[in-house]
Amino acid sequence: MNDKTCSGCSGSGEKDRLDALEPVLEQYAKTPGSLITILQKAQEIYGYLSIDTMNRISEATGIRTAKIYGVATFYAQFRLQPIGKYLIMVCKGTACHVNGADMIEEAVSEYLGIRDGETTEDGLFTLNNVACLGCCSLAPVMMIRSAEGDETYGNLTKDKVVQILSEIRERKQGGAEA
Amino acid sequence: MKIMIGQGSCGIATGAKKTQAAFEKEIADRNLNVELDCTGCVGTCYLEPIVDVYSDDGAMTRYVRVQPDRVKRIVEEHLVGGHPVEEYAISEEDRQFLDKQQRIVLRHCGQINPEKIEEYLAVGGYEAAKKVILSMTQDEVIEEIKISGLRGRGGAGFPTWFKWNAAKGNPGKNKYIVCNADEGDPGAFMDRSVLEGDPHSVLEGMIIGGFAMGATEGIIYCRAEYPLAIRRLEIAMEQAREKGFLGENIFGSGRNFDIRIKAGAGAFVCGEETALIASLEGERGMPRLKPPFPAAKGYWQEPTNINNVETFANVPWIIQNGGAAFGAMGTEQSKGTKVFALAGKIKKGGLAEVPMGLPLNDVIYGIGGGIKQDRRFKAVQMGGPSGGCIPAELADTPVTYEDINKTGAIVGSGGMIVMDEDTCMVDMARYFLDFTRKESCGKCNYCRIGTKRMLEILERITQGEGRDGDIELLEELAAKIKDGAMCGLGQTAPNPVLTTIRYFRNEYEDHIYRHKCTARSCKALIHYEITDKCRGCTLCAKKCPVGAISGEVKGQHVIDQTKCIKCGKCEESCKFGAVERK
Repeated sequence: MNDKTCSGCSGSGEKDRLDALEPVLEQYAKTPGSLITILQKAQEIYGYLSIDTMNRISEATGIRTAKIYGVATFYAQFRLQPIGKYLIMVCKGTACHVNGADMIEEAVSEYLGIRDGETTEDGLFTLNNVACLGCCSLAPVMMIRSAEGDETYGNLTKDKVVQILSEIRERKQGGAEA
Repeated sequence: MKIMIGQGSCGIATGAKKTQAAFEKEIADRNLNVELDCTGCVGTCYLEPIVDVYSDDGAMTRYVRVQPDRVKRIVEEHLVGGHPVEEYAISEEDRQFLDKQQRIVLRHCGQINPEKIEEYLAVGGYEAAKKVILSMTQDEVIEEIKISGLRGRGGAGFPTWFKWNAAKGNPGKNKYIVCNADEGDPGAFMDRSVLEGDPHSVLEGMIIGGFAMGATEGIIYCRAEYPLAIRRLEIAMEQAREKGFLGENIFGSGRNFDIRIKAGAGAFVCGEETALIASLEGERGMPRLKPPFPAAKGYWQEPTNINNVETFANVPWIIQNGGAAFGAMGTEQSKGTKVFALAGKIKKGGLAEVPMGLPLNDVIYGIGGGIKQDRRFKAVQMGGPSGGCIPAELADTPVTYEDINKTGAIVGSGGMIVMDEDTCMVDMARYFLDFTRKESCGKCNYCRIGTKRMLEILERITQGEGRDGDIELLEELAAKIKDGAMCGLGQTAPNPVLTTIRYFRNEYEDHIYRHKCTARSCKALIHYEITDKCRGCTLCAKKCPVGAISGEVKGQHVIDQTKCIKCGKCEESCKFGAVERK
């Protein structure tokens, strides 16, 4: 966790960090109507949208930061806080609700000690409720997004959830030692 | 020999990738000459992962629930030995799920590899577009769609030809045709399946629609939550460009038309046309008053036409087979077929495409196989947050736009969430209001504040604190919001509440006046008891997180109601069915 920089100040680390955004801005900044695309690409790079990121986008596009913030907070996809390595998306669609999605959320919350929108202290997991993942016939469902890709888990029970999460945790801890 | 493995999102979620890896290994180990390929979702989601084995004479054996441990036997006995493994093959009963359907939109899903344009071409793909571009006039195309009677499959059911014609008639420097692939209705997944399983049919539909209205550019607004759909669309678009079906001088006609994808960022309200356009322009997805309609002033103030994925997927079929053939299916007002997404407490969840006008019962029982664990069928929710709950008594209602509207629900995008006796209807209403309240864009008061107030009342009722007059207050608010809200989201938001009050008023009254949840689902209104079936195994006492259960070994246990937090762990853990929820 050495690369942690304070989001309030703009040290040289912050500048280096924002460099990754430049190719995106070069491609889209001057194309009208591209704000959402830019925000999506920025989030792909950083995992979330910091105020610094939004300020930089504002500079490049000429769109006021307040407006960028307004767009970023309007859409469910955008996050203003860093997320863990594994993003747990618990589906709260109708089919999942009828089949016990609340229990699945409860199981994740109990096991990890975090609630919707929060991240575990070790930075490994973030829990997010989402509207619908479109795998309704496998309800209840959750998707876990990480550098390894998206993995969807269906027909969940409380026990299965704990098993899935503990496996990831063990794998990560095992990997850290090796 | 050829093996096709179903790899839609649901197939992958049940482990299709692992199954594929297992096949790859077995085939490589034995040095077999077998082609391994992927296809989209065939629609029988409850049987995934699905593997189709085609022998050289074209005969197909469909294997279901093929987890990696089943692969070795299929390879040994079928691929090497030539004898299909009957035990793993689809059963006669499960075959009914597909046999009873009539597939137009899903005609290629699960049949072809969505990532290979050659396979789409082999089944007649792009012939309709070619015919339209090279030999038809705009008016002829619109006339054909008019004859077909195709109506928008996204929710409102507006005649497609009318929209195309309006956009055609309006002057503009540029014109746009937009595919709404922002399937936001929780519980509907047909658009995802079509995009993942047959992306070319949507592109072809857009090329045809684009020609008819005179569009210069096509845009697909797709949910970011559907990464696989976006990837397959990108592949399909690239291939179509290579073939000269998209881009400059399409089909050698001298006409230019290209399509691009915009990923949505997660807002249900963007299903509303004007909100979708605002979002395309990079703004907050807030609707505006109509008129002017998008057909006159849409994307960048130019004439714009928006249709949904399923609507576009119908179009090439209509051009190829004629509008009359499409119109011959369904009823007078609701023509053609419609795809329904069956989910909830149903035995066989998946996609069912049937001619419109079929009774609900035939879909739920005939195709879906009825209710899980043969419990009592209580209601079916149609139309998502804008729709309503249709009670079991009305299950003989034909599925048409008009008949479903009469029940207070809507056909919507075609989600059918089946509910049994354990589903609390007040909680369902609360669930949907919670959804619309979160998704309200906040622009108009009726929707922003009204849905919040309704939600508060529903929360109060489900928490056992309902008051005399709450039902009437809900009805009053609902009527005001329906009248006062600016866009479709707000105007339809009260529907789930109104339909549940209309058909299940007794459940509301039970909650409010008798402090009882008949479905035994609302936590605040239930309690757990241990009956004399208890053998005193002590398991529940060990599992109880708050130490509320006491009792001797081999003696009946008791729950201390003052300590109980109603987590249900005792009921889950009891092996003798001695814990009852009341």
